[in-house]
Amino acid sequence: MFLQQVINGLATGGIYTLVALGLTLVYGVLKILHIAHAGIYALGAYLALIAYRIYPNIYFAFAFAMVGTAIGGYLVQKYLYWPILDKPRIVPLIASIGLFLALEELYRLIWGPYVIPFPQKFHWKSYNLGHIRLPGSDLFVFALSLFFLFILYWIVNRTKVGLAMRAVSDDKEVAEASGIDSKWIIALSFIIGSALAGAAGLMVGVYYNSIYPTMGDVPAYKSLAIIVVGGMGSIEGTVIAGFGLGLLEALLIGYLPFAFPRDALAFIAMIIFLLIKPEGLFSR
Amino acid sequence: MNYYLTILIYMGINSILALSLNIIVGYAGQISLGHAAFYGVGAYTSALIATKLGVSFWVALPAAIVMTAFIGAILGLPSLRVSEDFLAITTIGINFVVQATFKYVKFFGGALGVSGIPFPSIGHHNLSLAEFALMTTIFTVLAAIITYWVSVSWIGLGLKAVREDELAASSSGVNVYKFKVLAFIIGSALAGLAGSLYAHFMMFITADDFSFPLSITILSMIVIGGIGTVRGAFLGAILLTILPELFRPLANYRMLVYAILLILFMRFLPEGLIGDESILWKKLTRKA
Repeated sequence: MFLQQVINGLATGGIYTLVALGLTLVYGVLKILHIAHAGIYALGAYLALIAYRIYPNIYFAFAFAMVGTAIGGYLVQKYLYWPILDKPRIVPLIASIGLFLALEELYRLIWGPYVIPFPQKFHWKSYNLGHIRLPGSDLFVFALSLFFLFILYWIVNRTKVGLAMRAVSDDKEVAEASGIDSKWIIALSFIIGSALAGAAGLMVGVYYNSIYPTMGDVPAYKSLAIIVVGGMGSIEGTVIAGFGLGLLEALLIGYLPFAFPRDALAFIAMIIFLLIKPEGLFSR
Repeated sequence: MNYYLTILIYMGINSILALSLNIIVGYAGQISLGHAAFYGVGAYTSALIATKLGVSFWVALPAAIVMTAFIGAILGLPSLRVSEDFLAITTIGINFVVQATFKYVKFFGGALGVSGIPFPSIGHHNLSLAEFALMTTIFTVLAAIITYWVSVSWIGLGLKAVREDELAASSSGVNVYKFKVLAFIIGSALAGLAGSLYAHFMMFITADDFSFPLSITILSMIVIGGIGTVRGAFLGAILLTILPELFRPLANYRMLVYAILLILFMRFLPEGLIGDESILWKKLTRKA
């Protein structure tokens, strides 16, 4: 029972982490709370739906969703955030929330308010490991999140572009003075972050077999809690906080003697954590 | 007629909410994305006292204000530990936790909410809708006077010092902790007033009346009107009360239009309509 919950927690934690990572990348370079990121995540799920109707292949769906959300993210930073960067912090924040609302409404108007099942049913095999049952769907989500995490880790830590991204998030002016095109690096952070969110949206669509306009609500607020606990802009912190939250929720839900919503639990954990360590796990 | 009176009452309640959040965000510069929580605490306190103890509105209202001020002081404490974006997200969290508590704890009525809240009366005379609207307007004006007084008094000076530069303020002898908590106390007390008015006007409340999107709406009011000014808070509250009504014929597209408008405002009028830095206000004051 306990290990079962752990596996379930790792799978949801993987999804949380993927969504929150995009937010971390964006916060790192722009210092904006990009709440509309969750709208991009839902876009990923809907794009996968379209792709599947054109050509039913999961790899094609992944490619289509990730390219589509990457373009979406690029447009958002170029036409919404870039012009209002020097305004008070509250302005891009409200603009972002406005965009999130607008996206959800658009999805509702285009695809209807109801839950759409993913067009193909996947028949997950379960693996038995001693007494523990390992559901195939959990393994699929967990393995894929690790795969994307590894790619991101490689880009950020092992490539020149990644070096430039770290430089811009440390100090934009100095990075520019050393010849880094910060505008392009910011755009790239949005592109990568949004593609990750798109992948996460698809995975959730498959995992829960449901796609609906407000599916971004829960990840939106939860990934905020995650990046805060992770230390705002720290990739390592986000990964630990993301998986940590997935585990914590799965265990609390399994053992808590009274009913309390998952999202509120996440926030209670966050507030307690912040009061003890206000700068997050890895402060920058 | 009743329709217009109801809109007027909503306008008053929203104005009080905008004015109260303005003290925390506009004057003290503490980003709060959970103002609906304080509104909710006021409404629930008033509703529970009135229904469980059977007291009248006139007792429940001050009790709600005191209670909300007290809760505001406690929930404002994180602002001493965390700042800026950390605080913004913490206040979102507070909003979710408070809403969930109202919804899942039986004492607060659970998912069914609180019903049977008495409409205000004087002696044996139940207030008419027009009288309630008049009362709301009086409270709104009072709230405006209080916020204006706060902004020009020594409290306002202290708050603005904290907003502009915490470090500089504290090194010139301004007690930053005191002023931050004070902002949350005054702001929450006024939100409690709005909450009590709302509860006794609707006579029925549920936890979902005080959810996170409402906090965003209140924040949008002061940003659209012009942050840190009494006139801006009023204009924003009035606009955001009327606009959804005007958009009613759009039916299905109502929320979309509203959201797009919000984006356009932030993109092209980030200083607000009549804020201190807005083009319109600069033109108006230059002539005078």
